[in-house]
Amino acid sequence: MPNKIDELLHKPLIVINLGLKMFAESLEDQGVEVVQVDWTPPAGGDQELIDLLDSLL
Amino acid sequence: MGVNKRLSDAAGVQNTAVLMGSEKNKELLADLGVHAPQIDEAQPNDLIVEVVADSRQVVDAVLGDLDQALKFMTTSAPVSVWRTFEDGLAQKPGANLEVISIPGEYAASEARKALEANLHVFIFSSNVTLDDELELKRRASQKNLLVMGPDCGTSLIGGVGIGFANAVRQGTIGAIGASGTGLQEFTCQIHNAGLGISHAIGTGTNDVSDAIGGLTTLAALDALEDDPGTKIIVFISKPPGKKMLEKLLERLDQCKKPAICCFLGIDHLPDTHKKVKFARTIDEAVQWTIYFEDDGPAVSKPNLRPEELKWIKNERARWSPKQQYLRGIFAGGTFCYQSQQIMQDAGLEVYSNAPLEPRFALEHPDRSRAHTLVDMGDEYYTLGKPHPMIDGALRKQRILTESLEPQVAILFLDFILGYNASADPVGELLDAILEARQTASQRGGALTVVASICGTDGDPQDLDLQTRLLQEAGAIVFPSNARAASFCCKLLE
Amino acid sequence: MDIKQKIEKANEETAQRMIQGEPVLVDIAPAGEVIPGLQDRMILHSGPPIEWARMCGAQRGAILGIALYEGWANTVEGAQALLEEGDILLGPNHHHQAVGPMARTISKSAPVWVVENKAFGNRAFCRQVEGRQQFGEYSQEPLEGLRRWRDIWAPTLRTALAKIGGLDLKPIMIQALQMGDELHNRHSAASSLFANKMAFAIAQADMPKDAVLPTLGYITNHNLIFLGLAMAAGKAISDPAHGVEYSTVVTAMARNGAEFGIRVSGLGDEWFTAPAPSVDGLYLPGYSSEDAGFDMGDSAITETVGWGAFVIGGAPGILSLVGGTPEQALAYSREMKKITVATHPTYLMPALGFMGASVGIDIRKVVQTNIAPIIDTAIAHKDPGYPIIGASLVRPPMECFKQALIAFGRKYNVN
Repeated sequence: MPNKIDELLHKPLIVINLGLKMFAESLEDQGVEVVQVDWTPPAGGDQELIDLLDSLL
Repeated sequence: MGVNKRLSDAAGVQNTAVLMGSEKNKELLADLGVHAPQIDEAQPNDLIVEVVADSRQVVDAVLGDLDQALKFMTTSAPVSVWRTFEDGLAQKPGANLEVISIPGEYAASEARKALEANLHVFIFSSNVTLDDELELKRRASQKNLLVMGPDCGTSLIGGVGIGFANAVRQGTIGAIGASGTGLQEFTCQIHNAGLGISHAIGTGTNDVSDAIGGLTTLAALDALEDDPGTKIIVFISKPPGKKMLEKLLERLDQCKKPAICCFLGIDHLPDTHKKVKFARTIDEAVQWTIYFEDDGPAVSKPNLRPEELKWIKNERARWSPKQQYLRGIFAGGTFCYQSQQIMQDAGLEVYSNAPLEPRFALEHPDRSRAHTLVDMGDEYYTLGKPHPMIDGALRKQRILTESLEPQVAILFLDFILGYNASADPVGELLDAILEARQTASQRGGALTVVASICGTDGDPQDLDLQTRLLQEAGAIVFPSNARAASFCCKLLE
Repeated sequence: MDIKQKIEKANEETAQRMIQGEPVLVDIAPAGEVIPGLQDRMILHSGPPIEWARMCGAQRGAILGIALYEGWANTVEGAQALLEEGDILLGPNHHHQAVGPMARTISKSAPVWVVENKAFGNRAFCRQVEGRQQFGEYSQEPLEGLRRWRDIWAPTLRTALAKIGGLDLKPIMIQALQMGDELHNRHSAASSLFANKMAFAIAQADMPKDAVLPTLGYITNHNLIFLGLAMAAGKAISDPAHGVEYSTVVTAMARNGAEFGIRVSGLGDEWFTAPAPSVDGLYLPGYSSEDAGFDMGDSAITETVGWGAFVIGGAPGILSLVGGTPEQALAYSREMKKITVATHPTYLMPALGFMGASVGIDIRKVVQTNIAPIIDTAIAHKDPGYPIIGASLVRPPMECFKQALIAFGRKYNVN
């Protein structure tokens, strides 16, 4: 069975970056394939709205 | 219009226009006061590019670059298109690693999703509960995946720096670290010694606690042991939990490759583990590495070099009678910790907002006392504000505050280069350093500034320049925090 | 049925009503003749209700222009005095079954497109689109344009239209979407198709040359003429979809230069507003973001029914105007799928494998995903007296949707 951690160390990195854009940029600068995801919490993190959405959606 | 924006953004350009040579557009240019025979002669299918700039050179440069500018479309709507992990995975179905830097309360569930999708994770986010961390690492363990973090700032995988990392040569030294700046310091020194790093795997701050049991550390150890490209394995962290320490040492004893441990804050290892080499500081870990790798000299305490002795004499001579205290203002938490350890070993009492022992805790992080080393990366300072590695504003303020105290003799600083760090760490603090020194001389004394720079010649910030700038400002600069700290101890003898 | 089911059912109903819309141009008539509730000295403006005192520069410019054009004052100062004293009534287009682009101002003598939704029998109105007065310019030239529309072009088109018994707009729009239009800022194809049909109608109507020639000259030289028709069609399509109990679908999005407002099908006549976002986009030479006024107009009615930026994936040509890459444009269309209720079976985008336009913006999904609908818009100058200065892609403030969601919770007694 191929060892996935060994693969991580020896195959090219293909990265999904969730959060700070600068981390994706520094990876890009090093020639790494990366996709930037501008993640936001549901309802922008507003608990009142999250609760409301729970009842409606 | 996109091309127009790119052109007008260039330095020295006052005004530009890029339009087709239609009659209407020619009128528009005339209205703007722009006249030229080329404009009159232009046909509707011609493209007119008009540039008004500070000098002929700028105009020529912009027009000379026109083909390049016309090739790229700038995007003006600053909208990112991917909002979820699922979106990202759809874009990169072959992804093997997810880097997570979202708020801590959501990081665990996102990491879980990534592991389900068979991705390794690097979690920069902090404030993930220990329970969540344990669950993630157990799950990862079952699937042979690596969880680097939470609260992991640095990793170097196959030469690629993730998070805050330096441009480090690839080589045969493997490292595992619970401390981001610790790994940065170690890998930079390895590079500067002419050696290279195979992989430096960050485990996150809590991995070697008894609660987590070193799951990532052990997995990383297995991997580096198996890796044909790694010849020596070095482990760097603050003191592990008691049970964890035992477990780790037992495992390292069985390691097929030479192993070196640097547990900052621990005096010595129990005698039963003679095989594992113990380093008291990061610098010692580097020395042991060179010993194994390059048949270097046995590890010993470095003596002061002749010029260093001279500096000590000169600096002390200029202090006023009142000056006696050292104030350290650090961006790297590990540097604050290591420095405290070195100073304590030298018999000095040092206070801190992140103390080695509770009795040396500052009453308030903003109020220094006697010898004080402040970790400016502590949560108190970084809640809602950028980390000092990225932005020096708070450190600048602290330097000026310390300089107001006539009893301060030494200012001890660290500078960290590399990816994602500030574009000019030294530049950000230069004014404050100069002002602080001036304040001291106006009082009839002199402020000694000691600094360490953690970086390599490959880093984007230009190590040479940063060093020179510091030296020109009157600072005594060292390439390692440990040496800088030892120097400070000698200054205070 | 629990509330989630009621909402799903209501939303489906709302979206279906939008999908079933059959817009037909039936007349071009002076506003005073056809617009319900339009009084003698009244000017309708774009966006949610707003008083003269709070209006932005460009909208004031447009209104001053109309006051002069209608002859209610002879000078700008005179017009200003009338408005300050409240001698001229102001009201939102949307409250009178009408819409208008940018500062769009409608007054009684201004001929408007009259579009009837044959599926439901309701009508909607929109003024013609031009590039200057609607952006707040009120010098002689643009006002001349308004007069020529009123006295020559509109009446000529009206006669021609009557001759052919009305013009079905849906086939034009379906075709235009497949020819690179998005029906908000790019109407080159639709305007051509419209001009073709009307030219033929004009020829059949047998009118004097001095009416025919200038009118033909006008309609064959106006890339954006279809915007007015698309907007009226959008309004005609969305009005019957408004008023569905339990529906969380947006039925109007409009800006008055100071605020952005939305209306929701299940929430009655209430507007949910927030300060209008400033617009940053690409500018024509001589202008920069410092000159930009706030986002303005009712033209987001096109996005409300699934056109405009929602189908920008099929209109790469518009990208040079709003500054995005083709990949980004496709991505936007896919993004809109996440916040909408249905897909249109006949308004299709060939560039996206004939994907249908996303229809029915659901405020619940907008709030949850934090994705606001995307709108492509023209940029006006912040001061009155200038023509269009640029274009951009904007999103309404999330605040509007959050407020609407909270209001929904209260109205339908959700704990």
